[in-house]
Amino acid sequence: MPVLEFSGVTKRFGTLTANDSVSLTLEQGEVLALLGENGAGKTTLMNILFGHYQADEGTIFVDGKPLPPGSTQAAIKAGVGMVHQHFTLAGNLTVLENITLGTESLWSWRQETRTAREKLADMARDYGLAVDPDAQVSELSVGERQRVEILKALYRNARILILDEPTAVLTPQESEGLFAILKSLTAKGLAVVFISHKLHEILAVSDRIAVLRRGAIVGTLATKDADRAQIAEMMVGRAVTLPRLTPMEPGAAMLEIEGLSTTGGGASALRNIDLTIRAHEIVGIAGVAGNGQRILADVLSGLKGDFAGSVRLHGKSLAAGRPRAIVASGVGRIPEDRHARGMVGDMEVWENLISEDIRSREVSRWGLIIDRKRATARAERQIAEFDVRCEGPDAETKLLSGGNMQKLILARALSREPSFILANQPVRGLDEGAIAYVQNRLLEARQRGAAILLISEDLDELMALCDRIAVMSHGKLSEALPTGARTIAEIGLMMAGQDGDRQAA
Amino acid sequence: MIIEPRPSVSVLRAGLAPVWAILAALALCAVLIFWTGTSIPTAYFLLFKGAFGSAFAINETLTRSIPLIFTGLAVAVAFRAKFYNIGAEGQLYAGALAATYFGTGMITLPPVLMIPFLMIVGALAGGALLIVPVLLKTRMKVDEVVTTLLLNFVVLLLVSYLIEGPWKDPMSLGWPQAAAVIDEGVLPPLLAKGRLHLGLVIALAASVLIWAMMRFSVLGYEIRAVGYNAGAAEFSGINVSRTVIITALISGGLAGMAGVSETAGLKGYLTLDLSPGFGYTGIAVAMLAQLNPLGVIPAAIFLSAVYVGSDAMSRAINIPTYIADVLVGVSVLAVLCSVMLSQYRVRWRT
Amino acid sequence: MSDLFEILLTAGFWAATIRIVSPLIFGTLGELICERAGVLNLGIEGIMTVGAMSGWMWVYQGGGLWGGVLFAAAMGALFGLLHAAFTVQLGLSQHVTGIGITLFASALSYFVYRMLLPLATTPPKIEPFDEVAIPGLSDLPIIGEALFNQSPLTYLALLAVPVVWYVLHRTPLGLAVRMAGENPVAVEAQGINVLAVRTGAVVVGSALMAVGGAFITMSWFDAFYFGMINGRGWICVALVIFASWQPGKALAGAFIFAGLEALQVRAQVLAGGFIPYQFFLMLPYIMSILAMIVMARKTKYPQALLVPFRRGERV
Repeated sequence: MPVLEFSGVTKRFGTLTANDSVSLTLEQGEVLALLGENGAGKTTLMNILFGHYQADEGTIFVDGKPLPPGSTQAAIKAGVGMVHQHFTLAGNLTVLENITLGTESLWSWRQETRTAREKLADMARDYGLAVDPDAQVSELSVGERQRVEILKALYRNARILILDEPTAVLTPQESEGLFAILKSLTAKGLAVVFISHKLHEILAVSDRIAVLRRGAIVGTLATKDADRAQIAEMMVGRAVTLPRLTPMEPGAAMLEIEGLSTTGGGASALRNIDLTIRAHEIVGIAGVAGNGQRILADVLSGLKGDFAGSVRLHGKSLAAGRPRAIVASGVGRIPEDRHARGMVGDMEVWENLISEDIRSREVSRWGLIIDRKRATARAERQIAEFDVRCEGPDAETKLLSGGNMQKLILARALSREPSFILANQPVRGLDEGAIAYVQNRLLEARQRGAAILLISEDLDELMALCDRIAVMSHGKLSEALPTGARTIAEIGLMMAGQDGDRQAA
Repeated sequence: MIIEPRPSVSVLRAGLAPVWAILAALALCAVLIFWTGTSIPTAYFLLFKGAFGSAFAINETLTRSIPLIFTGLAVAVAFRAKFYNIGAEGQLYAGALAATYFGTGMITLPPVLMIPFLMIVGALAGGALLIVPVLLKTRMKVDEVVTTLLLNFVVLLLVSYLIEGPWKDPMSLGWPQAAAVIDEGVLPPLLAKGRLHLGLVIALAASVLIWAMMRFSVLGYEIRAVGYNAGAAEFSGINVSRTVIITALISGGLAGMAGVSETAGLKGYLTLDLSPGFGYTGIAVAMLAQLNPLGVIPAAIFLSAVYVGSDAMSRAINIPTYIADVLVGVSVLAVLCSVMLSQYRVRWRT
Repeated sequence: MSDLFEILLTAGFWAATIRIVSPLIFGTLGELICERAGVLNLGIEGIMTVGAMSGWMWVYQGGGLWGGVLFAAAMGALFGLLHAAFTVQLGLSQHVTGIGITLFASALSYFVYRMLLPLATTPPKIEPFDEVAIPGLSDLPIIGEALFNQSPLTYLALLAVPVVWYVLHRTPLGLAVRMAGENPVAVEAQGINVLAVRTGAVVVGSALMAVGGAFITMSWFDAFYFGMINGRGWICVALVIFASWQPGKALAGAFIFAGLEALQVRAQVLAGGFIPYQFFLMLPYIMSILAMIVMARKTKYPQALLVPFRRGERV
């Protein structure tokens, strides 16, 4: 009997069918990979299992017994544990507090901390998951936090462990460590659902693969019979073509960074960074989030003006701390977070398109009054050029899909043909079509002669798109070597802070 | 219970939200009226009659709406930028202090210059009072709600000191009040009868001006962007701190003008009961107006009518005048709810 | 200067300090509980008014003193429930809701007072709580009388501090409350209903605030006046920040504050000739602002303060 069974689970959000009659089984001791691109419905399915949503149709069985819908409590009690993609931890509380939350009756007059500590120590020994119970979570590394998340589930005697995109924030080596932990868990009889969209990981860790596309299961197969291209095609629904870099001779230096340092911010403060990017060149920065990529992006996009060292754009000093001056000097910026940084959702599309140059003569009079007629006309041109699907310039921005919002950002950043482009996680959370669109736009810009800095946590993406790759760790940036000069493993070691270049040499 | 956004909100639905809120507030206050033993229709009829039943009543209602338009605008502008200025009451008195300081003989100009001069110094004083809270917010992230609230008490005590001490009018027969504003500075009455004065015209002009600023100007754009999404505003190159500071100065300035208008228009001199909480009622005005500067005008007239009408009502029948304050409080809560219901749908199942 | 020092040695100063501090402790603890769960409760000023009026009215209408305290707490809880319905269940703006509750609750208190006492020109008084002397300790010089011969509500306030600390920091329920203020998603992921935890915290916190208001009419002025809360609620909000959301520090902060205010009243007498009394009265408000400035950079805010949680929202 399977430990977990989904039977005809359907979930609709308005007109969108997020899960379409999904049937799936999980056996004891196996790792099932749930594969699908962004928006395929993986997370929704797991949220139904975990009681965050209720299915419109269908039932979930654990050990053959139906699971009461809409109750997280019931899921936990039945032995389901979930490690969310965004950790559900409180930074200001201790590891022990985070783990024991909800394990005791809320009306108990005291916490059984001693037994909790003992149990935790036992688990640390049994599974090789050591972590200091009294440490504040905010002081832990990302890998350690994930360990706390897994412990949280195991502490509640989970027999079915769901991991939602667990490697998104890990270095390749940390991911290897996680896979080893999963192996030891399944050896002890746990069943694991591993959600991902990264093919090579799934091939490495899973016993069986289920592919989800547009909410429906398109097939399940044993991992040992699986072939990379075949799964990719199942996932996307057509043959996938990775973007191809046509070799080009780099031109003049567009961006020159020398000795860039910042203060404060701990591990993410920049330490003496040097980087040059020339025309017709895409340089990628690999690294685990929180190692200084955001600060570097903030400096280059004008959000951070206090730094030491020199940053020059085609020979002229960067207008430090002045985003509009930087944009005017020929920089296109794609921010890391569309919603928090990129767009004002409550404003209209045309308003968002003028936000970077609102005081320019093109869209305002004397920099004081908005020239709506010209702004709208320009917005219409940009919408057409970048194929943004919306009702027009007056549409409310928050109603746009993620892909269309990103196209809107591209329209704002690229339609002035900038000579330097800062692209920070430009395809995160997009579906395959939008990803291809964004990547092709960046390649076109390279063709045209722009210099591009691409910051990404996805090594596959960097390998496919970049002429050269540099690695960022603890605020330091390695030399940018041509793609292919380092292996993925070497880059991984450097991401973890070890000097891969020296070891390789 | 599940709350989900409506895919689209019709203009009608959005526009009706405050109307529903007012109806809900009136219905809830009907419970209190029922308790007093008066028939509810009679009470509301008396309230309406007291506010609009005669030329005199209309005149009073409009007069009383003047400070509410100013404070409502002050709150509407500030809340737009998510700067929660709850200190309009204090800023109103700051404006009144400036009007008294400059307007009681220190400077004499012809009326065409004197009145704008007093308005400007009042606005500057009101804005100045917000400098400390806004700098604390932008520099040190100190919550502005508490600082602006606390400053209200400080300013009132300062007023109390001045009109009992150095600024006390020797002609006032012992009453704590300041000297009268000189004739050149007094806002002239608009009609032969009644107390309605030039302040109404200034208040209406201010509403239109602020509306145009929010809608057409780059500054208005930046204020809105900062209020909706400060992170995105900053990324696009808007100086968020500077925008919040400018917003605060405008907001404080508008509230200060309310003080000038009351001192130089209605009363003629500064007293401690110049404002029966116009600053706080301004929050209700702004919320009913859904922060729209033009919407502030009907919202202010409505709440003013509630006050004027309930005065008349309580004179005629045995209902405490506090019913008006209850109505103001309830309508703030009701409008929060009704605006949400116009944008979201509540379902009772997933 | 030595005159000021002498004030510290008078029993009257300590008695005044204790009187001033009691409502502040209730209010600050109440606000602290709400904010620990992630809800800023700006209804505090109005809820204290409700507590002051309803506790007093209960006794004035012939009820017992403790019944009055319970009634005040229940009324406070009711307004807390209203606040939670708006800010927790519906996720509406905590700032605007709080101000709305304050306007509504104060106005309703005055309305009810006027309805029940339409003709009273001077506020009638009730028989307040008797002081209860703690044997032995109350005989200590200077502070004995002041600290250990007090209204039972004062003892209740002092007792509430360790109780609130214990519950917040040593029980599973307190952990859930603190977690709800730090990361509500984590609470939900562990199978606990965030909305229930937050609602409960706001209700309990509001009840405490109302008891603070009741102290003022039942152990201090013995009557209900208009505007008698006079910004004490806002001062409590400032004290919570000053205390970095710690009950112990809240007690210390409230004492420093009350001590300075008691000192101020007495210094007024000394300096009455040349410093107008209004400047002394300004001190509590200015001190509150200063307290917030001092602590602004140091404190760790509850991470989810002001952040509404909506169940089932796509994260």
